[in-house]
Amino acid sequence: MVDMQKKLLTTTPDGLYCELGDFYVDPWRPVDRALITHAHADHARWGNKRYLAADTGSQVLRIRMGEKAKLDFQPLGKPLTVGGVKVTFFPAGHILGSAQIHIEKDGQSIVVSGDYKRQADSTCLPFEPVRCNTFITESTFGLPIYRWPSSESVFAGINEWWRSNQAAGKCSMLLAYSLGKAQRLLAGVDASIGPIYTHGAVEKLNAGYREAGVALPDTTYVGEVDAKATDWRQALIVAPPAAAGTTWARRFGKLSVSMASGWMQIRGTRRRRAMDRGFILSDHVDWLDLMKTIKETEAENVWVTHGYSDIVVRHLREQGLNAEVLKTEFVGEELVEESSTAEEQAPAVLAGATNE
Amino acid sequence: MNDFCDLFWRLDSSTKTLDKVKALKEYFAIAKPEDAIWTIYFLVGKRIKRLVGTKLLRQWAIEKADISAWMFEECYDRVGDLAETISLVIDATSEESAANTKAAPTLRSGESSNAAMMLHGTEVDCLSESAKPTFAKEESPVTECHPHIRDDVSLKSLIEDHLLPLRDLDPEQQRDCVLVLWRSFDHKQIFVLGKLMMGGFRVGVSKKLVTRALAEHTKVDAATIAHRLMGDWKPDVAFYELLFNPDEGETAISKPYPFFLANPLKEGPDPLLGDPKDWVAEWKWDGIRAQVIRREGETFIWSRGEELVTEQFPEVAAAADHLPDGTVLDGEILGWEPDADGPMEFSQLQRRIGRKRLGKKLLSAVPVVLLAFDLIEDGGEDIRMLPLSERQSRLETLMIKVGLALRDKQIFTLAAERQGHTSNKPVFAIRIPPQVEQSGNPTDWTELSMRREAAKELRTEGLMLKRIDSAYQVGRPIGDWWKWKVEPYTIDAVLIYAQRGHGRRASLYTDYTFAVWKKDSLVPFAKAYSGLTDAEIRKVDAFVRKNTNERFGPVRSVTPELVFELAFENVQKSTRHKSGIAVRFPRISRWRHDKKPADADSLATIQAMLAE
Repeated sequence: MVDMQKKLLTTTPDGLYCELGDFYVDPWRPVDRALITHAHADHARWGNKRYLAADTGSQVLRIRMGEKAKLDFQPLGKPLTVGGVKVTFFPAGHILGSAQIHIEKDGQSIVVSGDYKRQADSTCLPFEPVRCNTFITESTFGLPIYRWPSSESVFAGINEWWRSNQAAGKCSMLLAYSLGKAQRLLAGVDASIGPIYTHGAVEKLNAGYREAGVALPDTTYVGEVDAKATDWRQALIVAPPAAAGTTWARRFGKLSVSMASGWMQIRGTRRRRAMDRGFILSDHVDWLDLMKTIKETEAENVWVTHGYSDIVVRHLREQGLNAEVLKTEFVGEELVEESSTAEEQAPAVLAGATNE
Repeated sequence: MNDFCDLFWRLDSSTKTLDKVKALKEYFAIAKPEDAIWTIYFLVGKRIKRLVGTKLLRQWAIEKADISAWMFEECYDRVGDLAETISLVIDATSEESAANTKAAPTLRSGESSNAAMMLHGTEVDCLSESAKPTFAKEESPVTECHPHIRDDVSLKSLIEDHLLPLRDLDPEQQRDCVLVLWRSFDHKQIFVLGKLMMGGFRVGVSKKLVTRALAEHTKVDAATIAHRLMGDWKPDVAFYELLFNPDEGETAISKPYPFFLANPLKEGPDPLLGDPKDWVAEWKWDGIRAQVIRREGETFIWSRGEELVTEQFPEVAAAADHLPDGTVLDGEILGWEPDADGPMEFSQLQRRIGRKRLGKKLLSAVPVVLLAFDLIEDGGEDIRMLPLSERQSRLETLMIKVGLALRDKQIFTLAAERQGHTSNKPVFAIRIPPQVEQSGNPTDWTELSMRREAAKELRTEGLMLKRIDSAYQVGRPIGDWWKWKVEPYTIDAVLIYAQRGHGRRASLYTDYTFAVWKKDSLVPFAKAYSGLTDAEIRKVDAFVRKNTNERFGPVRSVTPELVFELAFENVQKSTRHKSGIAVRFPRISRWRHDKKPADADSLATIQAMLAE
């Protein structure tokens, strides 16, 4: 049984490979045929000959991969045959266009869930549990200490922080991944509080979201306005984490800096980042949702990848599940310098590949 | 309790001093005296003696969270704080139980209603379980465990009615009470509660900051507040009133003064300190800073950490009995070699620290002395505002006047008579420190810096430079007292093991073990935790994750590739270490990107540093 599963999907030096259909899922080195779960840099890398992804993510994937990349898109829930293997995309609830990839042949199926979450998010379709023989799951926050507060309470906290900064005459800067988290934040904050400005990396992707029909409040690209003539004290700036402490950030004058990330659950992490505030908001599943999802897929095998995979596997085995660690090069939500690794690493990988 | 928790999290969420002072002042403005004094008690770093064993708390949390013990340890390893780990895992379960009772999941069911579930989960859990201990407790009048806690319970009541009584209960009863407490609060409060129960309380607020907020709130002078907060006091309303009393109140006889601390002099004294004639140079002794108090016929010895250590140093206490009432000395306690008439290695003194009982053997193997370098109370009068030169001359006069002082070279000594009876060579347990030998006062910084080179031979850490007319101030103000340490030893070593840090650094690999070459193999010789910037730590952390070879519990062995320059104060022989040597205060001085592991130093190089 497991042998059959491995033929359906196995790890190779180039990435997760489907031997029966001769394609890769989120490969970490350039290949001929890449099926992509979502547009984050550790899953969608440059240099593949052809890409196939869910059509809900067409705009953002295009922005990320550039004009020259050969991208094919498939509607969600509609099966397609790739090299004799049935492939279907289902929503993963991680970011706009994120999908689980269901791979099936001769009654055996594997779901590569990529990154996913179960919390409400108005910027993307919710995760749908899909029945399968083998479920491949991330484990970024696979420890019982991680459980997310409701997004309502988090947004209430962000709004209150923004208002109190206004009262203190300080500009509010909110740090988040430029793809996904930033737009989720924009869609969730109370835009009536004040003007919202964005870093270029965020604004570029906002365009993709708007094109896809996601409702975002009005935002202004920081580079478009005269910094000296702008009153930043009422404003909210949404920027990637790498922007903190740079010369770019100096233009805003007195600043209160906060970050929205699942890692903010841990006090030590919040304090170490020396952030004024840390909001607990993640696009990954927390412990309870991870366990719930595994149960709901009714999978006999669970392959656990990026994150606390050893620990989750040991726990699942204690629960009587057939679990194993799957080694991949995905990084999930990076704890430190998120943007510099997850978002800027891709060109380096590409350069390395061409050298070889 | 709510106000206190809010204050805690407000203090915790800000890194700015002004915000913290503001939060404290706002708290003091609304808090009742009986609660505020407990808050002050904890914030200045005092703790209640551990009420419940951490092993038990751990065990109950594991049971309540319904997770495996190993899983709890994994969580703890990531969080780095027991109270926080407990607060997070037990919080998760209340939701999980709700999730499990939810209707069977439907496939492709669409969006989940997490938020609603969480709320219900907590409430259901509270109601259903809190019923049990209520009945159990009614039948046993002995227990002081309150089955029900109002969520607006005051801090005083929480501590005095619910927490302090825990100590006298048997583990079974403690368990019931703790479970009631855990059910009564949310996870942020449970965290604070855990800190209260386990004793440790660090929230990035220094005593100085609390003092400042109190001074601003009460309009009482900060130095007075700082003095009043020293030593032992009871967190009750009477003390609260005394603390805020604008008039000089009576001082408890045991009360020490706030210590005056020196700042490190990194670049050398010239030209920063100006004319050498304005300065006094003293050796910087490597021992335990202490204040010796003699008042109303009683003696008290306080360490810098404000622990009463009178019993730990009976020879110093005995010598202090000869001091007149109303005397407070500041100095350094050191292990002292009678024959060589010089300080022992700090490691010898360490043998005396933390012992409950001091055996005769240890007392004679490691006799101690107080090298008194300052007099801050004389004849019952606080003389901290007098210039250093005046205080020191009074100190010399006093030492001679008490009649036990011996003039020996430049050393004034006060003999401990009792000690004298047991040893042929009496150790004078309170004495004025040997001076930095030189011809008169320093006239020239270069000459002084040459003197400083002898520091290691004399087993001192370097020099102290004190402005000759400096008052004895509170805390570590910049300007009048400097410590000018000798250059540390350095060595290039290879990173071979890494472990996660604790607290602020819990999620990163920040605790490193370094090795040097012994023929063809690398032998570990030092652990170091500090010295890298946050950015460098993140880089090393990424390296560790990518280059792990083996795991031993929380420790990872990594491919030996990175070379660091380690600095340390001292090298000693050690039978406990694999390398045969032990280094003192190792820290990372820089990352040697330019060096390969093969360029690292060898064990022989370090052995050659073993002085004498």
